[in-house]
Amino acid sequence: MNILLYLIPLALCLGLAGLLAFLWSLHTRQFEDLEGAGWRAISDDDLDTER
Amino acid sequence: MDLVVDGVKCGGCIGAIERGLTKERSIRSARVNLANKRLRVEWDDTLLKPDEILQKLEAIGYPAFPFVNNDSASREKAEERFLLRCLGVAAFGMMNIMLLSVSVWSGNDSNMSPEFRDFFHWISALIALPVVAYSGRPFFRSALKAIRGGAMNMDVPITLGVLLAVVMSVVETWQHAEHAYFDSAVMLLLFLLAGRLLDQQMRRRTRDAASNLQAMQADTACKLLPDGQVRELPVSDIAIGDLVLVRPGDRVPVDGRVETGTSQVDQSLVTGETVYATLASGDAVYAGSINVSDTLQVRVTAAGTGTLLGEIKQLLQTALEQRSSYVTLADKAARLYAPLVHATALLSFLGWMLAGAGWQTSLLTAITVLIITCPCALGLAVPAVQVVASGAMFRASVIMNGGDTLERLANVDHVVFDKTGTLTLPDGRLANRSECDEATLQLAGALAAASKHPLAKAVAEAAQAKTPATVREFPGRGVEAVIAGEPARLGSAEFCDAADEFAAAAHTYPEASLIGLRHGSLVKVFAVEQALRSDAADVVAAFRRLGLGVEIISGDREATVRAIALQLGDVPFRSAAKPADKIARLHALKAAGHRVLMVGDGLNDAPALAAADVSLSPITAAHLAQAHADAVFLGSSLMPVLNAVLIARKARRLMLQNLWFSVIYNFVAVPLAIAGLATPLIAAAAMSGSSLTVTLNSLRARNVGSVDCGARPSAKALKQSAAP
Repeated sequence: MNILLYLIPLALCLGLAGLLAFLWSLHTRQFEDLEGAGWRAISDDDLDTER
Repeated sequence: MDLVVDGVKCGGCIGAIERGLTKERSIRSARVNLANKRLRVEWDDTLLKPDEILQKLEAIGYPAFPFVNNDSASREKAEERFLLRCLGVAAFGMMNIMLLSVSVWSGNDSNMSPEFRDFFHWISALIALPVVAYSGRPFFRSALKAIRGGAMNMDVPITLGVLLAVVMSVVETWQHAEHAYFDSAVMLLLFLLAGRLLDQQMRRRTRDAASNLQAMQADTACKLLPDGQVRELPVSDIAIGDLVLVRPGDRVPVDGRVETGTSQVDQSLVTGETVYATLASGDAVYAGSINVSDTLQVRVTAAGTGTLLGEIKQLLQTALEQRSSYVTLADKAARLYAPLVHATALLSFLGWMLAGAGWQTSLLTAITVLIITCPCALGLAVPAVQVVASGAMFRASVIMNGGDTLERLANVDHVVFDKTGTLTLPDGRLANRSECDEATLQLAGALAAASKHPLAKAVAEAAQAKTPATVREFPGRGVEAVIAGEPARLGSAEFCDAADEFAAAAHTYPEASLIGLRHGSLVKVFAVEQALRSDAADVVAAFRRLGLGVEIISGDREATVRAIALQLGDVPFRSAAKPADKIARLHALKAAGHRVLMVGDGLNDAPALAAADVSLSPITAAHLAQAHADAVFLGSSLMPVLNAVLIARKARRLMLQNLWFSVIYNFVAVPLAIAGLATPLIAAAAMSGSSLTVTLNSLRARNVGSVDCGARPSAKALKQSAAP
């Protein structure tokens, strides 16, 4: 059962990492325009500027 | 600067707008928000004026309108972000605690040592305490506010349930007991936050749509500068005392007095009267009326928000004050539910005490009852339906202004229509089309397409003329062009030299406005009258089939209203009604126990719209009318009015179903809790099960458009398509 000493903190840390990622994305306003974000992902604009 | 952009639909539009704008060096950044159809531009204002950005967008093909962010909008956005943050934290806590709880539950059935169980419970407590303290704040705040105000809302039992669950679990863990309710407390918060967030999002979305509409309709006025130049400005920049130019076909943007010029003015939006008034120097003109025949110069007496008849303003104020505050279904449920739950908990405490159990066991049982009855599904029951139904409303071209519109709309049992612009289309229709031969109509259409005059527009529409002839315009009289070597004229009786023909037409079409055509010896008079919306009769008939009373109240003359009422199937009507008369009629209906839906568009309807239980306006309505309507509908059809009522009714049915379901769930779970048999596992399963069921049931509101209201028109369409 000693393995629990590692696994429980690990599970908590991973969960916490997920939570922090969510809070970060919220803070950087990535939830403001969910529809537009979907379209931007498949847009080729960034390729044009490099050329 | 924030802009509302018209016609943004997909990723392609985002790219076109952003690339098109950022090509300009003075524009620092441009970012489109597709969800609310807005654009944020940052630019160097030493190099570029705001108008130029608008012109640029227009050139790219996306007309835009400046948009002013107000305080309440940004506050709501902050509130939504706060809820999302709480939801994220609750979800994190919930997942981790569940991980431990499942181990405990399965451990209780096998042979987990008590030390391990305590250890797991303590870790759960470690997670749950901060999570509840953080994510519970929206509920704690609102409950505190309610208690301070001596009121009761749904958040009071929620707060009590969550806090008691946490406190009891800590005590139980301290005493090495078998059960702890940390998972229930956090799960409860998670589901309730989801419901709260849905509610908030729906409110924001409807408000966004409403303020977008407002921005798009901001009028411009042509200001006449002292040096004789004309500049087009937003109405908000016009001051009292300015001189404004109103061209034929323009909507008058301000209240004022005619300074120079004589013209016929369509005041139907203001007074409901469809016959044009002839205004000369010194006469008062009101915002919302349409200048028909000649250019006017108007001295502004009131602009922007001040453009109102004093009488209408006054009536509006009193009507708004008298509008009783509506108690929503959710509030009603909370008022019934909270005392009932608290009484049950108290009774089970007393019952166990009397039965001889110790006070600790009795208290435990009472708290379990509170946890089990905590209104988890109840919190989702109403908002989940509202979100789905408002989506259905959007698809049915109805945009709601407020959250409780849906419920008030569902209760309606009497519909009052205004005539002009509501039952009829705002633009005229050619009445004697069948008497015109195609060549004449095309000739007239080509001339008419070159003019902005409303009557000419109706003629051009009937002829479906797209290519205007090259014309000379005689202001206030008509247009002239040389066609086939001969001058052709479209305009007034004197202009076409056709007094006799006009007199004859006026006799045949007493309700219509006339416009004439002369080409050599050919003379033709066109009669333009107001057209019923194509499906008005169907909608009225459908309302009657649903058992709703229908009537017409109009400010127009009796003959005109009677004709319309007969066409719609002998609908009861009142004509020549002033705004005060309309309100009086609505109050009489309300006093008789009816719940009234008012559908109207004119400035003269605004007080009545505010006085009715619930109100709808077409998108073409006067601003003031729209501002006081609960919902706005788009398009030239009247069907959205019917659909709105049908969707609202279905939504209300589903809300009630959901509420009843939560009650039934409690009927099953509460006896278990009172008997002391409820375990955390049962609580968790019941909670998530009921919430899921309620959410799935809410999705059914989505189908209303295609099932209930689509059935009739589509059956008709099927018949038509089968006929040939």
